Amino acid sequence: MPSIAKPVARHPSLERNSLGLTIRDYEGSMSTLCAGCGHDSITAAIVRTLWEISMPPHRLVKMSGIGCSSKTPAYFVYGAHGFNSAHGRMPTITTGAIAANRELTYIGVSGDGDSLSIGIGHMCHAIRRNVKMVYLIENNGVYGLTKGQFSASADVGSKSKRGEANRMLPIDPVMLGLSIGATFVARSFSGDKEQLVPILKAAFAHRGMALVDVISPCVTFNDHSGSTKSYLYTRKHEARATETDFVPPATEILASISTNGVTSVTMHDGSVVRFRSLPAGYDPTDRQKVMSYLQERQSSGEIVTGLLFADETVADLHEANNTCDAPLNDLPYEKLCPGAETLNWLQDEFR
Amino acid sequence: MKPTDVKNPDYYHKVVDCQWACPAHTNVPEYIRLIAQGEYTGAYMLNRESNVFPAILGRTCDRPCEPACRRERIDAKPVAICRLKRAAADLRGEIAHLMPKIPAKKNDKRVACIGAGPASLTVANDLMPLGYEVTIFEKLDEPGGLMRSNIPSFRLPERVLSEEIELILNMGVDARFNTPVESMKELLASGFDAVFVGSGAPRGKELNLPGRAGTERIHIGIDWLGSIAFGHTTSVGERVLIIGVGNTAMDCCRSSRRLGGKDIKVMARRPREFFKASAWELEDAEEEQVEILINYAPKSFKVENGVVKGMEFDQLVWDAGAKNSQTVGTVFLPADDVILAIGQENAFPWIERDLGIDFDKWDTPIVDPTTYQSTRPGVFFGGDAAFGPKNIIWAVEHGHQAAISIHNYCHGNSVTDRPPFGMNLVSQKMGISEWSYGNDYAPVTRQKMTHVDLKERFDKLTIEVELGFTSDQIAKEVARCLNCDVETHFTAKRCIECDACIDVCPVQCLTITRNGEEEDLRTRLSAPAVNLTQSLYVSEDLPQTGRIMAKDEDVCVHCGLCAERCPTAAWDMQKFELLISYAGEEACANQHTAA
Repeated sequence: MPSIAKPVARHPSLERNSLGLTIRDYEGSMSTLCAGCGHDSITAAIVRTLWEISMPPHRLVKMSGIGCSSKTPAYFVYGAHGFNSAHGRMPTITTGAIAANRELTYIGVSGDGDSLSIGIGHMCHAIRRNVKMVYLIENNGVYGLTKGQFSASADVGSKSKRGEANRMLPIDPVMLGLSIGATFVARSFSGDKEQLVPILKAAFAHRGMALVDVISPCVTFNDHSGSTKSYLYTRKHEARATETDFVPPATEILASISTNGVTSVTMHDGSVVRFRSLPAGYDPTDRQKVMSYLQERQSSGEIVTGLLFADETVADLHEANNTCDAPLNDLPYEKLCPGAETLNWLQDEFR
Repeated sequence: MKPTDVKNPDYYHKVVDCQWACPAHTNVPEYIRLIAQGEYTGAYMLNRESNVFPAILGRTCDRPCEPACRRERIDAKPVAICRLKRAAADLRGEIAHLMPKIPAKKNDKRVACIGAGPASLTVANDLMPLGYEVTIFEKLDEPGGLMRSNIPSFRLPERVLSEEIELILNMGVDARFNTPVESMKELLASGFDAVFVGSGAPRGKELNLPGRAGTERIHIGIDWLGSIAFGHTTSVGERVLIIGVGNTAMDCCRSSRRLGGKDIKVMARRPREFFKASAWELEDAEEEQVEILINYAPKSFKVENGVVKGMEFDQLVWDAGAKNSQTVGTVFLPADDVILAIGQENAFPWIERDLGIDFDKWDTPIVDPTTYQSTRPGVFFGGDAAFGPKNIIWAVEHGHQAAISIHNYCHGNSVTDRPPFGMNLVSQKMGISEWSYGNDYAPVTRQKMTHVDLKERFDKLTIEVELGFTSDQIAKEVARCLNCDVETHFTAKRCIECDACIDVCPVQCLTITRNGEEEDLRTRLSAPAVNLTQSLYVSEDLPQTGRIMAKDEDVCVHCGLCAERCPTAAWDMQKFELLISYAGEEACANQHTAA
């Protein structure tokens, strides 16, 4: 843990976003994670993203479960709302929160333990319901908070710090998400903010759930030579499928980059995400092709990164259920709880 | 860019902005830390090593360190370095036992110093411990040079001045007062091994305008200040005009205020941003209700029967940049006394021109800017005598350098053989997230010096206006120092490019990026590096991606968080100590560690 809080001294030429805030206004308290943790870099990418999209801090909700990853919401945006839920229950609590107030912006930060073991069912159903949130998995392949046991995302053959190899098959959140209908799927790397920040911007603009899996090396338990989730291994095996360019709503698209290999997807809020496919013919809107491409590359040992798949045509939780437009806390009490008479009438309807 | 060579003492020295800006390279952050620990004596002695007169300079220094201070770039106002120096001097304990030992057995080398000002005294200070016999010739009956004659005692009390001069004279210097050197030729013939000319710039500039003659109430500023210092002048008329707006003008107007002046006007030709006086001296003068008028060019004096009536001025309007002016009118200002403070120059009527000491077309001696030797081997110049008026701290540095040359010369070595700077670099790590310096940033503002009440201070000429910092002020001010000598030292081969340092840096100093030319690199950093006077620290290629770590030194607050968040100790906080060579002592001999 650092000896001091971050000095209040600021760079004299610090820029301000459209709300008049500097990037330092999006910070949280000092991280208590190990020095060099990938999670801290992801936190920094979230801070940058929220500053760049001028998110009003009081309109943001930070959700998490249990684990190193789930500590991180404390490290960004002081002024936001937050809920630190029971282990693995982050997606469920978030679903409830969104059901109650659809006007806020939600980011859930989870880890491979929280989401792929204890909370996997909760995550799957939040994907299924297309809950409008950014679902970020900080994926390091180990249980860092309990001294480095293999997690459900550890690759076969990946070695623990003591040299033992993992024998169980991993669950890949990207393939899982694609197979059960996730509408926005991306993978990135904590050591590559140039890629991660535009992906996060697109994720916040997405119509439903944006599932973002981020390889985030555990410096203490999983950054050694036998690891498949170390800084070095990730850098050596990373293969970019797309490069993402995020164009905010109401911004004129002036750049005339080659149309060759470029796909534009207009997001729900009017912004545009442009993908440039790095392998020729990669189509980020074709779920079947994306899945087979990923399977193929994965078997040859590559870690495919980028905004891998996006579909803006699917309704989110509220649209699908035809819920009311206003957040529940805006409804007058009589409307929210119309009384015994109305309840009787409703029950009669079902008899 | 090529990887930065941090083994060259200049690199980290430049990061310590105050020390780099100080002509004598005083180790400011170290003495501020000593003050913070209550080690006032240690702080004083560390100061004395390089600047010789900490108590005097703590009141009168021109403070080149303060405009350079990194704190100013972050927090608008620099650390009050000069006032902290005074605090150390005021609060120090006994130092006699810490002074250099003077050998009883002399080295049979005799050195003559002309003038008993700061330059000559520094030469004596450096040479006496080496066994030299130093003789100082002074035309006045007391030592100090301009420090005594030109700096009013309400800024520099006589007791403070004398105490620090005596520390040097008591080393056994043969000081001959009331002994002006009338002939260099005679002096050279009298058997000294080397001669140092530290006679200052004693000639104030004259203003020859119509009506100048025939009165004793138009004074040359520095002569007038001198006559106050030695008690010859004790009063002045009620209406005083000061011509010129440098630091001497400030001393003149404030002295006038104490000698009976009521309506005191300082007349400046150009707008305020072109004033030569230091900002704080202007402030202090204005606090004493001295009026400073801009855009007035002196035109003529009006003197009747030896009595000054006043002066006529052209009123000017300047173009942008104040290069060209237009006269828009003429005004007459009545006055009882006029004081001319428009500059001063050195003068050597006593140096014969056939001695091999060459003078240039402006009649100033030709002096080597590194060795301080004139064109005649064995004759050296320093202080204002060498290159015209500068200030005390420059005179001290000239003295140190001349002493090195004199030592070389007297021992048959080449004077151009200059001892190099050395450096030490020592890790400050004491444990995990634990440093041997205070790394927390103190968000306190610069402490304001308290002054003697505006009425009381005029009771006597010798009442020191500045009261010095209180202990509470000292504690707050020392905490403002950013410890710029504790360097962020990087070892590229250990870096795993996790970005932790970049993410935690509060002032966006750090970037990992592909290498490039400096001009291009400066635009590609976490925050653009627009301050071109500040270096970029560029690492060797990083092991995983071949990119480089770049650090913009400009606004680093030396908080050490980069090193605390580094998992591999690629970043470390290491204290840089500049080792300065003085006469007879080579700094590199003290170099014990270099990472």
